[in-house]
Amino acid sequence: MGWDWHRPLEHDGLRFTLLTLAAVLVGGLVLLIPPYFMQGTVEPIDGLRPFSALELEGRDLYIREGCNNCHSQMIRPFKTETDRYGPFTVAGENVYDRPFLYGSRRTGPDLARVGGKYPDSWHWLHFRSARDIEPRSNMPDFGHMFEWQLDLSLTARKMETLRRLGHPYSDAEIASAERDARKQAAEVVERLQRDGVEVTDSEATSEVVALIAYMQRLGVDRAAAVAGGR
Amino acid sequence: MSQRVEYDMAVVRGFAISALVWGAVGMLVGLIAAIQLAWPDANLPPYLHFGRLRPIHTNAVIFGFTLGVVFAGSYYGIQRLCRVRMFSDTLSRINLWMWNGIIVAAAVTLLLGISTSKEYAELEWPIDIAIAVVWVVYAVNFFGTIARRREKGMYVAIWFWIATVLTIAMLHIFNSFALPVSWLKSYSAYAGVHDANIQWWYGHNAVGFLLTTPILGLMYYFLPKQIDQPIFSHRLSIVHFWSLIFIYMWAGPHHLIYSPLPDWAQTFGTAFSVMLILPSWGGMVNGLLTLRGAWHKVRTDPLLKMFAVGITFYGMSTFEGPMMAVKTVNSLSHFTNWTIGHVHSGALGWVALTCFATLYYMIPRLWHTQLYSVRLAEAHFWVATLGLLIYVTSMWISGVTQGLMWRAANPDGSLVYTFIETVAAIRIYDVLRVFGGALYLAGVVIMFVNVWKTIQSGSTRVPAPEPGPGAAAAVAGGQ
Repeated sequence: MGWDWHRPLEHDGLRFTLLTLAAVLVGGLVLLIPPYFMQGTVEPIDGLRPFSALELEGRDLYIREGCNNCHSQMIRPFKTETDRYGPFTVAGENVYDRPFLYGSRRTGPDLARVGGKYPDSWHWLHFRSARDIEPRSNMPDFGHMFEWQLDLSLTARKMETLRRLGHPYSDAEIASAERDARKQAAEVVERLQRDGVEVTDSEATSEVVALIAYMQRLGVDRAAAVAGGR
Repeated sequence: MSQRVEYDMAVVRGFAISALVWGAVGMLVGLIAAIQLAWPDANLPPYLHFGRLRPIHTNAVIFGFTLGVVFAGSYYGIQRLCRVRMFSDTLSRINLWMWNGIIVAAAVTLLLGISTSKEYAELEWPIDIAIAVVWVVYAVNFFGTIARRREKGMYVAIWFWIATVLTIAMLHIFNSFALPVSWLKSYSAYAGVHDANIQWWYGHNAVGFLLTTPILGLMYYFLPKQIDQPIFSHRLSIVHFWSLIFIYMWAGPHHLIYSPLPDWAQTFGTAFSVMLILPSWGGMVNGLLTLRGAWHKVRTDPLLKMFAVGITFYGMSTFEGPMMAVKTVNSLSHFTNWTIGHVHSGALGWVALTCFATLYYMIPRLWHTQLYSVRLAEAHFWVATLGLLIYVTSMWISGVTQGLMWRAANPDGSLVYTFIETVAAIRIYDVLRVFGGALYLAGVVIMFVNVWKTIQSGSTRVPAPEPGPGAAAAVAGGQ
């Protein structure tokens, strides 16, 4: 009842397996290799800087809490989408994103251009309890990030690892990673206090400060490139 | 039965039980996550909030439950189809215990927020290496058994399992390349759009080669067994096997439509997704027509009901998926709950129902007894079907509603709705989903009771040869 030509394959485990391997290899090779030779996908956009020490820690905290499960960072090229979020996403702005954080479900809004959209104090209140600001929000509270202290013991090593993967961090930036992170955190705290937020000493060195720094960085380089006509 | 082969059923029993446990855990976590979306005060930070629980849900149901059933079913089927014992009992045991250890490690690390963020590949590098090791153990055991087989031809179920073993190894290894910072932290070897590209090559084909091909293998082995007649067409299985595994691998970019991925790659993704309807429906047709002339049995047999409805959902979601891969539809459906509905029509409808039927088939035979209650299995089927219909329908409506609201524009071109208005509009469907999911989980609880009672009435030892109901079942299952 079967086809005779196929019968020998069904009797030969090795040949069958090798043919299966060939069949599943083709698609991957065609789709995964050529993009690396397309300049637009590997060249950073003008003015793109890698994340600062503090922003990098904020990004890793974003991943730790699984924010990417509800927030995308990928704006599609539709008018309704660019009106809502800002300029659409291009490959050149993501070359320092390891891993990528495009996301797959917008339970909450896209965050690719959230940098500068709200003041630090808004994020502060919003992370503490989103429903204090927007009663219809279904975002969890992140109160623990106001208590848990920011761990900078691995920051320099993280930057070193990323440099080995091609991120342009200088020796000086890596050497002063912890100091730079503390300095940028102090700037965030200063802005918070200027907005009238009471920040305790422990909160000033807590994780939420790094997360806010990361939020405020998102999409800023792309916005500047668009504004500069690049 | 001139020379009776002693099959190793201990590993099958182990995986059958562990799969059932992980299924219940994974679905319970899914239910909690659904409750948290509808009632956000149910989030209990720092650990028990949606962001951390969602990957635990997906990992437990995909790798703990589904893959557990696939291990059990393939260990059960391959020995009988090759008419030899497994190549190595030691490798089988390593497979069982190391795999379940990995699932425990996954649950613990994900709860602690140790995650790469890449969907269905969240686990950090030491666990990834352990997964690769277990997979090699499984592969050696599996191919070793095939090499020693005493049956000349390899039945179609084996083809689908071969494709699974090879492809999952390749996907897992290449998507997991990363440079470690510490034992618990690494950075992807790929950046930005390249990382996205390889991740969805992995992600889409994990659906293809964890949730499709091995499940088709289960269908091809256990459905003809249960209905006691051969599959409809050998020729159709040849055509749809080779075309399915070839075409599947091109469809990943449909997860990245309108992203910065080069346009030609997105077009490949769309084109091959649409092509994928044919081989997928080849499997559906072959499955459904295997029931030819025996539909009256479906009326009284809950296992056949699960197979039939499972195959129908397979056909439905493999039509829906290609439609969602078309740019126009994707512009509406992407980032909405429609995707969630689509995934669950495949996962709850096709994958889990087929897995349940497989377990119901194997468990009485593994413990040399009969199923405690066919009526409870029947109840499980109806509760599960009702639950999944509520789940899927509510997510469809939710997805289309939110998608339309996001793109709604006033005559002057300005946006009609703020984002939060679109969140509020779909809340009712989040509530409905909780009910659907709770019903589905209730079905699993019913199954637990039934399996527990069944195991209690049986024994792992082969009963003495004098004829009785237990012995008859053992002989029937021993073929």
